[in-house]
Parts: sequence; C-alpha cells; structure tokens
Amino acid sequence: MTMEKKEKMIEVKDVCFVYPGNSENKSVTALSDINLHINKGEFVGIIGHNGSGKSTLSKLLNAIIFPTAGDVIINGLNPKDHEHLWDIRQTAGMVFQNPDNQLVATIVEEDVAFGPENLGVPSLEIRERVDRALATVDMQAYAHQKPHQLSGGQKQRIAIAGILAMEPECIIFDEPTAMLDPSGRREVMETIRKLNQEKNMTIIHITHYMSEIINADRIIVLDAGKIVMEGTPVEIFKNVSALKKIGLDVPQMTELAYELRKEGMNIKDSILSIDEMVDALCQ
Amino acid sequence: MLKDVTIGQYYPTGSVIHKMDPRTKILFTTAFIVMLFCINNLWGYLATLLILVAVTLVSKIPVSYIIRGIKGLVLIILLTVTLNLFMTPGTVIASLGPLNITMEGLKVATYMALRLIFLIVGTSIMTLTTSPIDLTDGMEWCMRFIPFVRRYAHELSMMMSIALRFIPTLMEETERIMKAQKARGANFETGSIIARAKNLIPILIPLFISAFRRADELATAMEARCYRGGENRTRMKQLVFENRDRVSFVLMLMMIIGLILTTMIKIPLLFPV
Repeated sequence: MTMEKKEKMIEVKDVCFVYPGNSENKSVTALSDINLHINKGEFVGIIGHNGSGKSTLSKLLNAIIFPTAGDVIINGLNPKDHEHLWDIRQTAGMVFQNPDNQLVATIVEEDVAFGPENLGVPSLEIRERVDRALATVDMQAYAHQKPHQLSGGQKQRIAIAGILAMEPECIIFDEPTAMLDPSGRREVMETIRKLNQEKNMTIIHITHYMSEIINADRIIVLDAGKIVMEGTPVEIFKNVSALKKIGLDVPQMTELAYELRKEGMNIKDSILSIDEMVDALCQ
Repeated sequence: MLKDVTIGQYYPTGSVIHKMDPRTKILFTTAFIVMLFCINNLWGYLATLLILVAVTLVSKIPVSYIIRGIKGLVLIILLTVTLNLFMTPGTVIASLGPLNITMEGLKVATYMALRLIFLIVGTSIMTLTTSPIDLTDGMEWCMRFIPFVRRYAHELSMMMSIALRFIPTLMEETERIMKAQKARGANFETGSIIARAKNLIPILIPLFISAFRRADELATAMEARCYRGGENRTRMKQLVFENRDRVSFVLMLMMIIGLILTTMIKIPLLFPV
C-alpha cells in the first residue's frame, strides 16, 4: 500500500491553458503555471469558485483538451503523442456533471458496455466486465432498465459503472453531484469512497460541496487559474477567512467551530465532521 | 399528448416475440408494409387483423397500449378517410349537398384507413418488442446489403440509437419548458392555429438550445469513453441466428405467403372485386 502510494498516477508540469479568442471575444487564460502530482491510490479533492479553472483542469487530465504550454503526464504517457490518446482515456476515466448527457445507450447494461466495446474488448469479456461493474456500483437489479426511468443518483452510478467497465486506474469526477438531490449525492459519494478504499482506485473529485471531501487525502484549491492552496483537509479548512475571500465555503462544522472561536470559546480549529464537533464540545 | 406517442418506444415483457432476431423482425415488418399496399380485398385485411391480434397476444403487450399509439394519429386517419370518401369518382351511393359518396370512394377510404391503422400497429409492435439496441443492430446489419449506405452503416445506426435514447429525455424537457412558459402566462390551448403555432416558439427555442448543449456534452462524454467510430469496435451482444430464429423465420414467411394468397381470393366481401 505505502509502496503503491509513491507511484505517480498524474503529473502536471508548468501547464497553461488558454481558450483561444476570436474577433468577438478575447482569449481567456483558464489555467496558468499549474504544477501538481497525484499518486496512485490517492483521493484528491479539487475545489474552486466558478471560473477558477477546475473543469478545464479535469479535461486536461484525460486528454479531452491539450495544454497550451507545459506537459500533462498520465501514468507515464503524454497525450501530445496522439497514439497514446486512447490508452490515456482508458486509464483515466471521467464522470461528468449531467447524468443525462453522458449515457449513450437506451438500456443500462448496453450503456455500461459502450466503453469496452469502443476498446475492442472481446464480447464474452465485455459481458463479465459489465456484470462486475454493475455489481460494484450496486445496480445489477437495474441492468435491463431504461436510463430515463432512473433517479439522478442511479444514473450517475451507471455512468460510474460505464467507466469502471473500461478498467481504468484513475477516475476523474467533474462535479458529479452538482445536479443531484441529497440522497442521490449520498449514493454517489458512497460509491466513490468505496472505489477508493476497496479497489484502491485513484480518485480526483471536483466539487462545490466541501462536506464531500473532508475525508480526502489531499485538497487542491484553485482560484483564477492558479493553485492557491494545497494540503490535507484539516490544513485547508483551517483557513476559513482565506477560503471565504475566494468565494468558497468550509464544511458546516468547521464554520461553526470558527464562529465559536471568534466568540471566545476554546475549541480546536481542525474540526471537520459532526462527530468531531460532538467530541470537542463534550470535553 | 406527448405520452400517447408509442412509436419508437420499447415495452419489455420477455415474450418470444421480444426474443426474436431483430433482423427477422425488420425484414418481415418491411414485407408486411409492402403487403399492406398490395392487398386488394377485405379477406386480406381480415387475415392481417388476425395476424396482428395473434402477434400482439403472443407479445404480451397490453392492447390498450397499442391502441394508444393509434389515438395519436387519429387526425391523419380521419383526414385521409374524408378526402378519399368524397374525392373518388365512381357510382354515387349517397349525396351530401354538393358532396358525393361513391362506392369506389367508400372502398378506397376503408382500405386507406385499414392500411394506416395496420401500418401503425405493425411497426409499433416491432419497436415495442425490439430493444432500440437490437433494432439499430439489426438495421446496421440490413444496411450492409444496400450499396452506398453500407459505408455509413455504423454511423447511421449510432445516430438512430442516440436519437431513440434522447426521445424521452427531450419529451420530459419539452413538458418542463411548457410548464415554465405557462407559469409566465403563455397560452398554448386557445387561439387560432397560427396563434398557437406562434406560441410554440418560446418552447422550441429553449428546447433547441438545450438539445445542442446536450449534444456537445454527449460528444465529449463519448470521446472520453474512447469512442472513435465503428472501426475495431466489438459488441457485447452479437446477433446469432439460432434454431429458434429459423422457426420464427419460417412462421413469418408463412404469414406473408398467406397474405399474398389472399390477393387471389375472388369471392367478394362487402365490396365487389
């Protein structure tokens, strides 16, 4: 486990990304001087305000777009060599925000099969992979359903199964819970955590909800196309005022602790969850 | 209104008809449509009705569900019937002011109505019993035999299956937009046809914008899942022609031959031959 953790899954070196302009619009620099690495098996949360460049970063990580300058290395492969493109997309799968707009097929199991079919996997093996992927996200019972009959959370789990069937080493989640109701959000987060803990899969989770990443190994904070903070959840959420300044929230309990401390109560600044808060208050 | 459209929907019941090879179904639905326009007496349509009833019963699809499909097209059927009824020259059997109903008109109108109804029922049984994936796979296979189209077989079937996938999504969206516009005071129910058509613009524009956005996101998601056209692509389910399919093929063939034979019956039923 510790050996594996040191292996690099993703390396981003001096990356800039500029959306080219045209006669009507100026070009927009979405990312500048990004340097980061993500180890195998790590759960990394990426947070940032709207327009901070987090979606752009996520698209760079599985070669949907290419950096204007610098290099992105995914599992040792550089997407600049176009022959590696499909290997990269297979290694680093991506789950998008809108559950409706990423399901291709009209039947759940056919949708899960879409990825491996594209990879040219033999028919029998696709069948096995699909069954396994559906079992992992706990959706076997829905294999023959139509996607539009499922709830948002279920659709998103099918999207995850579709990526799992490609047998990636890393999954990038681009705000997968943004369009879901609280129960759908919980389902998806449980699935993501399970993938990280039981399958030791590298997870990059981009989100607006701070409570989803309090268990992450590391959090990266983006603002205006730059990495402004990086560290463990405790290290990051300590900086309540700095986060608020760039338009971000902190987990509810961290905020409560912050307010209590402001009122002169002696309470530690590393509280993230309700349990920790209860412990701190009962002391 | 939108819920009444049953063409293109899939209704799984697990019946033998559902398990039939899609290629057989496509082939014989096509033959069936051709036959509908070749049948020249009511015996033929009676036989067609029997076949459709038998197939529906075997498919376990509720009859009400199939009838709902006809309901959506009642207007077109009525229009065709009325036009044929009054516009066909021949022996006058009844007059309604300046309008004459002729024996020939009655015959043509009846045949047209039956053809349209059977056409809708026949094709909807095919789509109701065939999962869209099977349907497009079957079509992809059939297209391989059509010159020129052959090169685009995969792309066309992918387009078709995506269209089918998004019909319910876009319908839900249409209903949501309609509700939103109604809440803003839009009126879709009253006024002249032109006024009502104009009132649809505030529905169509947001619908199109969102459809384009969906298409863009879907394309990105497909690329992220390594989609690169039909080359080197494998399929989870491959179409295999089993013994069961041979049996159903022969049964279907017999039905079509039966329909062809009815065209030779010379005993008049209601209408003179």
